[in-house]
Amino acid sequence: MNDLIRSSLDHCVKCTICESFCPVSQATPLFPGPKYIGPQAERYRGVGPSPDASVDYCSGCGICTQVCPQDVKIAEINSRARAKLWEGRRIPLRNQLIARPSVIGRLGTPVAPLANWALHNRAIRALVQRVVGIHRDAPMPSFTGRTFQSRSRAHRNGATPADAPTVVYFHGCGTNYYEPRVGEMVVAVLEHNGFRVIVPAQDCCGLPLQSNGNFPAARKYVQRLVANLAPHARSGVPIVSNSTSCGLMLKREAREILGVEDEDTEVVSRSTFDLCEFLLSVHQRGELRTDFRSLPITVPYHAPCQQRGHGIGKPALDLLALVPDLHMIELDVDCCGIAGTYGIKKEKYDIAMAVGRRLFSDIAATGADIAACDSETCRWQIAHGAGVSAVHPIELLYRAYGLGAADAPGAHRDLPLAAVGDRSTTAGNGAQR
Amino acid sequence: MTTQSVVIGAGLAGLTAALRLTEHGHRVVIVARGAGATHLAPATVDVLGYVGGERVDSPVASFDQFFARSPDHPYRRVALAQVEAALTWFSARLAGLGYTGGLAENLLLSTAIGVARPSALVPRTMIGGDLRAGGRFVFVGFRGFKDFHPSLIADNLTRAQVPAPLTARAVELALPRDRLGDLGGRRLAERFDSRQYRDWLVESLRDKLEPDERVGLPAVLGLRRAEETWQELENRLERHVFEVPTLPPSIPGLRLFDALTARLRAAGVRVVFGVTAVGASAHDGRIEAVAVANASGTVSYPAHSVVLASGGFASGGLALDSRGVTRETVFDLPVAGAPAAGSVRFAPRYFDDQPLAGSGVPVDDQLRPVDADGKPVFGNLHAAGAILAGAVPWKEKSGTGISLATGYAAADAIRGAPVTSMAEPVR
Repeated sequence: MNDLIRSSLDHCVKCTICESFCPVSQATPLFPGPKYIGPQAERYRGVGPSPDASVDYCSGCGICTQVCPQDVKIAEINSRARAKLWEGRRIPLRNQLIARPSVIGRLGTPVAPLANWALHNRAIRALVQRVVGIHRDAPMPSFTGRTFQSRSRAHRNGATPADAPTVVYFHGCGTNYYEPRVGEMVVAVLEHNGFRVIVPAQDCCGLPLQSNGNFPAARKYVQRLVANLAPHARSGVPIVSNSTSCGLMLKREAREILGVEDEDTEVVSRSTFDLCEFLLSVHQRGELRTDFRSLPITVPYHAPCQQRGHGIGKPALDLLALVPDLHMIELDVDCCGIAGTYGIKKEKYDIAMAVGRRLFSDIAATGADIAACDSETCRWQIAHGAGVSAVHPIELLYRAYGLGAADAPGAHRDLPLAAVGDRSTTAGNGAQR
Repeated sequence: MTTQSVVIGAGLAGLTAALRLTEHGHRVVIVARGAGATHLAPATVDVLGYVGGERVDSPVASFDQFFARSPDHPYRRVALAQVEAALTWFSARLAGLGYTGGLAENLLLSTAIGVARPSALVPRTMIGGDLRAGGRFVFVGFRGFKDFHPSLIADNLTRAQVPAPLTARAVELALPRDRLGDLGGRRLAERFDSRQYRDWLVESLRDKLEPDERVGLPAVLGLRRAEETWQELENRLERHVFEVPTLPPSIPGLRLFDALTARLRAAGVRVVFGVTAVGASAHDGRIEAVAVANASGTVSYPAHSVVLASGGFASGGLALDSRGVTRETVFDLPVAGAPAAGSVRFAPRYFDDQPLAGSGVPVDDQLRPVDADGKPVFGNLHAAGAILAGAVPWKEKSGTGISLATGYAAADAIRGAPVTSMAEPVR
């Protein structure tokens, strides 16, 4: 497989379609573009270290591969080139740190109030930028103090019969440490539709390590995760994820980028569904409950680059079209810029914001104060850049089902919809500035 | 339940078919391996530029002579009225781009290397470059922009065969100091969406122009506000200003793609990039669902009808394998016009009659791929664009015309077909 990925460069006809779409090379001359860095430069990457480090400015959004009509695996080639670049070098502390969200999560959760204060303190952030290299203005989520794993263990759903169809919920680190409320909404919507939801113990999928060029560590993480999920997949239980990038890791990237080829990965890949993809398939079978209440608001929707990588269309829009009076606006920008950990780095923050500029202004042009997006880091970036509240589509479905009615009074507060309990994460840094 | 049709391919033929299908009330999904030739071609609609090596002044007057030489050409599968209707429809749907022209006469525009190129339908920003009336032309380039060479254009044009005498000269400007990096058309185009670049261009050109000279600029005059920029340049320079295609990427092509996909989005069409159509499930001679490989496996898109617009050899719709066999890559449809395995496939010179040229999928009058007996392979499968057999677009200058006309006609053929309900989706 790895050789097939690399040898796909021979299909490149230098048509420049990837260059036309690449959001990063439009935003900075530091990245010479996917064609140059990918199929062209790869020919010259031999045994020794490469003298050209510009591949590190690729954000890994993957748009190039998606639009290439010749099936050249440009983003995959570039991701592997970045890993090779770092092979012979010491990966900076920062890139080691931000690439391990579950380690950060475990450290920050017990001291959430203090950690959150520090994350949003201007002086401390300035110091962190100087010492660690995380940009002082980069959007940062807030720890909630109680993980989704912990919450889900306390959750009982008496209403679901024992023989109900089962799904495994892969929530990812963002939901676990920063947005557990999103996880609760996922579970509530699935249970509302008659599913029994299993939340197995799970750690990071390794994607941030992969993006930061540490393949050996990334492989360890993903193989451990896959080993946990594989027994469920083998017994025919679908794995559902609300994190588009982590879901894509399981579906494709572990195999195509990290080169993890084993039966566990294969079966998990086939059994993994993006949350909205899964719910839409339930609807297409005529089995989704459509007892939606009216939701008379306008919400621009951004399908993030990693969501596009699934090749599933925009199931969130198809689902939300079922909600009475909900007006969704489909945005057509490929990437918000953040690309996981890319946009929080000191030297890349401005590039990420430049990439996202058109998205931010398109959101602003809708006049809406809430936007929907499937991916967590993209939501944080949108909240930061566009100054709106950014929610996962599941939150709109959750509200439309009237499931929020059970929340404590006052939970809705001032928002027409709210990232209830997670106000600070969805509003992100935008609210702080 | 709404009628869902699946279009395979996101080039001009696929995008056209999809948009036209929405006008017939279909819900449409486009599945595509990647973007199409819109990003490479200059965004003009070239219906018929050459017949037997002779330049065509009027497409409508040349079809009879053309069909005598190319009896199996894709244009034979659509009515002349349909080609006309497609051009009119296209101009109306993309009114913002200001397409002008038609089948009556070809305009004559300069290519990126200064060859006079016949084209039937041309976006507003290029019309001023019509060479037919002759006159004085100046081509303006930017130092460091490697995809546009004004002196090459001017030099070649003075030797080009044109109906009236013309003069052409070149001017090269140094761009404002700017962190442009490797100077590409896309980055330049974004600069021209800003006032600063327009002002700079006007100021730099004012004292370099001779009276009555028309100004040809590389086609990088903006992505989102190109028409506005072009109009402002004409007004302020008080003369005809026009865009000349550059080497790829084609900025006018990007505008065309953006305009078409914006309309498709508004019509609720889902465009899924980075996936590969790999086959179909069929029953009773009709396709019920298209199988599409995506990130984790193969999914099925139920389809009332299917438009195959996957392109020719260049886009992978057709493939020539190492044994010399030409195949259609999605449904393994019969291919016509391909030299038999073992016989000569390529002539030594590019513009020779290439034995492999013209191979493709043969279709009936509803653009349905047919078998050796002329019977449709599937009752609800239609083909459009470069995959069709019988055309040699680079010699005929007919590529975009075929894509537009057959994409449009395929959708209209589907409208005539009986509507059945969606099949069940499966994974």
